[in-house]
Amino acid sequence: MHPRNVWQAMSGPGFLLSTWPWRSAGYLLTGAVTGAVTLVTIAAMAAAGAVLAIALVGLPLLVLAALSGIPVAWVERRRMRLIDQSPAVDQHRAPAAHGLWAWLTTRMREQATWRELGHALLFAVLLWPVDALVVAVALLAPLSMVATPLLMCTVGGGQEVKVLKLWTVTTWPAAFAMAVLGVVLLGLCGYVLGVVAGARAALTRVLIASREADLDTRVVELTRSRLRLVDAFEAERRRIERDLHDGAQQRLVVLTMTLGLARLDVPPGPVADQLAKAHEEADQALAELRELIHGIHPKVLSDHGLPAAVADAADRSAIPVDVKLALPGRLPQAVEAAAYFVVCEALTNIARHSGASRAEVSGGHRDGRLLLHIRDDGRGGADAAAGTGLTGLADRVSALNGRISLSSPPGGPTLLRVEFPCVRTDPDRSA
Amino acid sequence: MLLREGLIGLLGRCGHDVVAAVGDAPALLAAVEEHAPDIVLTDVRMPPGFQDEGLHAAVRLREKRPTLPVLVLSQYVQRTYASELLDSGDGSGVGYLLKDRIGQVEDFVAALCEVAAGGTVVDPEVVRQLLRRNRDPLDRLTAREREVLGLIAEGRSNGAIARELVVSEAAVGKHISSILTKLDLPPADETHRRVLAVLAYLRA
Repeated sequence: MHPRNVWQAMSGPGFLLSTWPWRSAGYLLTGAVTGAVTLVTIAAMAAAGAVLAIALVGLPLLVLAALSGIPVAWVERRRMRLIDQSPAVDQHRAPAAHGLWAWLTTRMREQATWRELGHALLFAVLLWPVDALVVAVALLAPLSMVATPLLMCTVGGGQEVKVLKLWTVTTWPAAFAMAVLGVVLLGLCGYVLGVVAGARAALTRVLIASREADLDTRVVELTRSRLRLVDAFEAERRRIERDLHDGAQQRLVVLTMTLGLARLDVPPGPVADQLAKAHEEADQALAELRELIHGIHPKVLSDHGLPAAVADAADRSAIPVDVKLALPGRLPQAVEAAAYFVVCEALTNIARHSGASRAEVSGGHRDGRLLLHIRDDGRGGADAAAGTGLTGLADRVSALNGRISLSSPPGGPTLLRVEFPCVRTDPDRSA
Repeated sequence: MLLREGLIGLLGRCGHDVVAAVGDAPALLAAVEEHAPDIVLTDVRMPPGFQDEGLHAAVRLREKRPTLPVLVLSQYVQRTYASELLDSGDGSGVGYLLKDRIGQVEDFVAALCEVAAGGTVVDPEVVRQLLRRNRDPLDRLTAREREVLGLIAEGRSNGAIARELVVSEAAVGKHISSILTKLDLPPADETHRRVLAVLAYLRA
C-alpha cells in the first residue's frame, strides 16, 4: 500500500530511499520562502495601511491585510499535499449572493478568516524561520561532511580542511571517515526532516483545514467498502447458484432418471410401489430445489437482464401485473440484482397486504439513472418502516447510491419509486 | 457429464442410436455438420461460460438448418428461454423440457420422437407459468378452456386431450374453436401451428 502521508512513510521500510525525505525538505524549503514573502507583504500592507489610515485611503489596505490569511492558507493547504495526500478542505462558507460585497461581508464574519489570519501571522513570525533553520541544518551539515574529501583536495590543497567550522581534519583517512559519518548523518536527518515537516503539516491542518475533511474521507472509504460488500454478496449468490445447478441438481436429475429406468424393469408389486414413491419424492425434491435456486439468484436475470426477470416475477405474482419497462442494453450486475429484488419484494407485499386487484411495474433508464415505479390500486397505508422487508432492501439500494421512496396515502394508491445512478452498457454487447 | 452418460444409456436402451455426444457448443455445431442427426438434444447451459450457450447453439443450428429438430433440456421455467427457441425457424420440430421430465422415461422418449417428427413440445410447467399470467384475454376463457389451452400448448392431440379430460373428441374440438375465437386466433389444423399460435399469443 502506498503511504498517504509522511508519518506512514516513516513507519514503513524504505523511507530513506523513497521520495518522502525530499518531499519533506521541499515542503520546509518552500515554507521558508512562502513565510518570508508573507512576512514582507503583511508588514508592508499593515504599515502602509496604518500610515495612510489618517487619509482614509489606508482603510481598504488594512482590510486587505486582515484578509491576507485567506490566500496564505490556500497556498499552505496546497503545499501540504507534498507530504500529506489526505484532502485538506477550507472551512469557508459559500457567500449567500454574488458580488464582491457579499463575499467580503461573509468572509469578515467568518471565524475561519480570523483563524487563517492568526495562522498567517504565526507563520510569518515564527514558523518559517524554524522551517528555514531545520532544512538548512539538516541538509547542509551532513552534505558538507560528505564533501570533506572533496574540499580537502580542492580548497584545503590536500593538507587540511575545517569541517562545519568546528573540527580540523588533516589526514585522508579522517576525511573519508568524516564523509561516511556525513552519509549516516544524512540518513538521520532524513527522519528529522520527516518529523519536522509532518509536525508542521499537522499544525497547519489543525489551524486551517476543515475537520470535516477527515470525516469525508472516512465516509468515502465506508461507502466504497459497503459497495464492495454488496458486490461480494452478489458474487457469492451467483457462485452458490452455479454450484447447486451443476452439482446437486444434476445429481438429482440423474437419480430420477435411474429410478425411472428401474421402474421399467420391475414387475408390478410392492417393490414397484416403493420405487414409484421414491421417484415421486425425488421429483418433488427436484422441483423444490429449482425454486430454491431461482430464489438465490435468478439465472434469467444474468442471462437476459432486468426486463425479462421482472416479467418473470410478474408471471409468478398472485395478482395481475403489467410490466412496462423500456430498457435496452444491460445495467451493472449489482444494480440489476438490487432492482430485481426490490420489485419482487414489492410485488409480494402488494399481493399480501394491499388488497389490490392490479399492479404495474414501469420505468426506464434516463439521464444516467435507472428509474422504477411500482404502483398498485390497493387500499394504501403501507409503512416502509413496519418491517415489510423493504428496510433491508433500502440498505441495499442506498449502498449503490440509489434512492427508494414510498407514497401510500390511506385509501391508496401506493407508489414505490426506486432509482439508481448507473451506466447502461451497449445493447449490442449483451446480445 | 454424469447426465450425458445417463442419457446415452437411456436412449440406447430405448432403441435409439446416439451418433455423437459432445461437451460444448462449438463441438455441438461441428458434430451436427459431421453426422447430420435426426434430432439434437442439448442442455441450455454449457461450458465454458455456463450461461445459455447451449440454447444459443440450438438457435444457431436452427438458423442454418430450419428443419433440424432440436430438443433443449433446461432447469429454467422462465418463458424467456423457451420463447427464444420457439421463435427459431418456423417453430416446428422444437422442444423445451425441464430435466425433471427425463425421469418419466417413456414420456420423455415419446416427446423426443414427437419433436423428431416435426412436432412442438413445451414443458407443462412452463405452460402452467404462461397460463398463470392473469392477462385480460385469458380472463375471458372458462376454466375448462384454460385447461384445454394448457394441454394444446404441451403439444397434445385432440384425442389425447379428450382422454385426459374424459370427454369426447367433438367436445374438445368445440372448446378449441371457442378458445381460438376468444383469443382472435385464425383457425389452423396442424397441431404444432396451433401450439405456436397460442404460445405466440401468450408471449406477446
